[in-house]
Amino acid sequence: MSTLRASVNVTPATGRPFLLYESDRASRALETLGAWILGVLWILPLLYAFWAAFHSSADSTHFTLSAPWTLANFVHAWHAAPFARYFLNTVMLVTMVLGAQLVLVTLAAYAFARFEFRGRGVVFALVLVQLMVMPDVLIVENYRTMTALGIKDTILSIGLPYMASAFGIFLLRQTFKTVPRELDEAARVEGCGPLATLWKVYVPLARPTYLAYALVSVSYHWNNFLWPLIITNSVESRPVTVGLQVFSATDQGLDWSIISAATLLSTGPLLIAFLLFQKQFVQSFMRAGIR
Amino acid sequence: MRESGSVRRSRGADPVIAWLLLLPAVALLALFTHYPAVANLVHSFYSTPRANHPSTFIGLDNYRNLVEDPVFWKALVNNLWYAFGTIPVSIALALLMAVWVNGRVKGRGFLRLAYFTPTILPMIAVANIWLFFYTPEYGLLEQFLGWFGLGGHNWLGSRDTALPAVMVVAIWKEAGFFMIFYLAALQSMSPQLAEAAAIEGASRFYFFRRVTFPLLMPTTLFVLVNAVINAFRMVDHIVVMTRGGPDNATELLLYYIYEIGFRFFDSGYAAALTMVLLAILAAAALLQFGFLERRTHYQ
Repeated sequence: MSTLRASVNVTPATGRPFLLYESDRASRALETLGAWILGVLWILPLLYAFWAAFHSSADSTHFTLSAPWTLANFVHAWHAAPFARYFLNTVMLVTMVLGAQLVLVTLAAYAFARFEFRGRGVVFALVLVQLMVMPDVLIVENYRTMTALGIKDTILSIGLPYMASAFGIFLLRQTFKTVPRELDEAARVEGCGPLATLWKVYVPLARPTYLAYALVSVSYHWNNFLWPLIITNSVESRPVTVGLQVFSATDQGLDWSIISAATLLSTGPLLIAFLLFQKQFVQSFMRAGIR
Repeated sequence: MRESGSVRRSRGADPVIAWLLLLPAVALLALFTHYPAVANLVHSFYSTPRANHPSTFIGLDNYRNLVEDPVFWKALVNNLWYAFGTIPVSIALALLMAVWVNGRVKGRGFLRLAYFTPTILPMIAVANIWLFFYTPEYGLLEQFLGWFGLGGHNWLGSRDTALPAVMVVAIWKEAGFFMIFYLAALQSMSPQLAEAAAIEGASRFYFFRRVTFPLLMPTTLFVLVNAVINAFRMVDHIVVMTRGGPDNATELLLYYIYEIGFRFFDSGYAAALTMVLLAILAAAALLQFGFLERRTHYQ
């Protein structure tokens, strides 16, 4: 850390006692050790699943390094449940939710950031209510609503409650407010209406925020479980999280190798995407966290 | 925000356009956030519709049942323990992780990856892994403890250890997520502060305690509110690992709502239970908007 480097570099130069320098070095070594122990502990469950998934169930619980590696568990899992269909459902779900969110959130954030109208504060407060009272909690009533609308057990019904996102509106409103008003006025002088101004001035300037929001949204909806579990009831609409649960709860007894393989399979695309774009992921989550 | 006169004049139709822009988002929010919250309150005063008995007004009967339901109290107390156990530990670990990863620790790329990976994976999937991890006899934890002659536990099957065991999973999942917020805050801090402190001869711990930590207070409060929400929202791993058992030892509020509403199909009672959860979340909201927003300035 910068504090650390500074103290190590500066201390001898300012003639501080050697002892302080030494103890700083000792504490630094201790911290490195702690950081690594924690890191290994944190990654251990995943390594464990990895080991089990690539070994036969007989070998999965002993850690003999010479045990033969196998892909049979993946093949078995892939054929035992319609994972291809589950993946398709999840991809359709996250695409649909993100697409709708981007449009709705952009329009609403623009209205909150750059328009004056009576009741703006009240409406904004009402929007922010969703930050606390999320669709995740209102499962009983939303199930009733979906039944009334006749769209139970569809991908649309999984995504619909999440499409107007208070988090997205808040995030984008903050970004839009930083856009210089001169740009807005220049666009209007050139004859742009509100929508054209939004599209040509605000949206391009907010690109990093959009990326951040998109990554957070995709990983949220890829991972979401309880609401999809409740509202779906067929292979045609189940996302991969629910598919995985149905698979491991009913079919497999206690064959951990196959369950581990199915688990890795269902998280694979997200995990690979994360490993490839690690920096962007972390930065996006950071950007989404700073308000 | 104050607009200059000329800008306002040039947008004569402003309010109408603004409302049109807001309409789609506000309509969906009203339908899936505000309406269900209100409808839930109304339905909590009605009986659950059954085949030959339509829903009737029963006043506070659902709430009377709730007060007399030992499982509800168990779920509420469990959830409070769950919150008190997971929130401080995951926040403390998150802060520690952020300080380490922000620093010059060897291999910090790997460490950041290790800390953060649980966050992006579905809880439902990692719960499967943890279920395996906790398995009696064969699980990694039992094998490891067995080497020291400490085996023989059924972590998820025993009333005393099941709740702590699922709490560990929640901490593991969340600490990396909260780390990100701290990391963002640390990176926006001026390095000159640290240099000045070092020249003054302040120890690094002293500097952390007197400078870094106070400056991170807004982040801590923000993370705290998120942690409270998550403590009452995140029950995916309960579905996989324990189903509320053994003997309701891991019953949490939202999981109980799910069981009552969708396994026993008692929607009236589930509505009353949901009101309790909403009250808790509303309290958290008031805490944030009343107290925290005044003390926390982002710009």
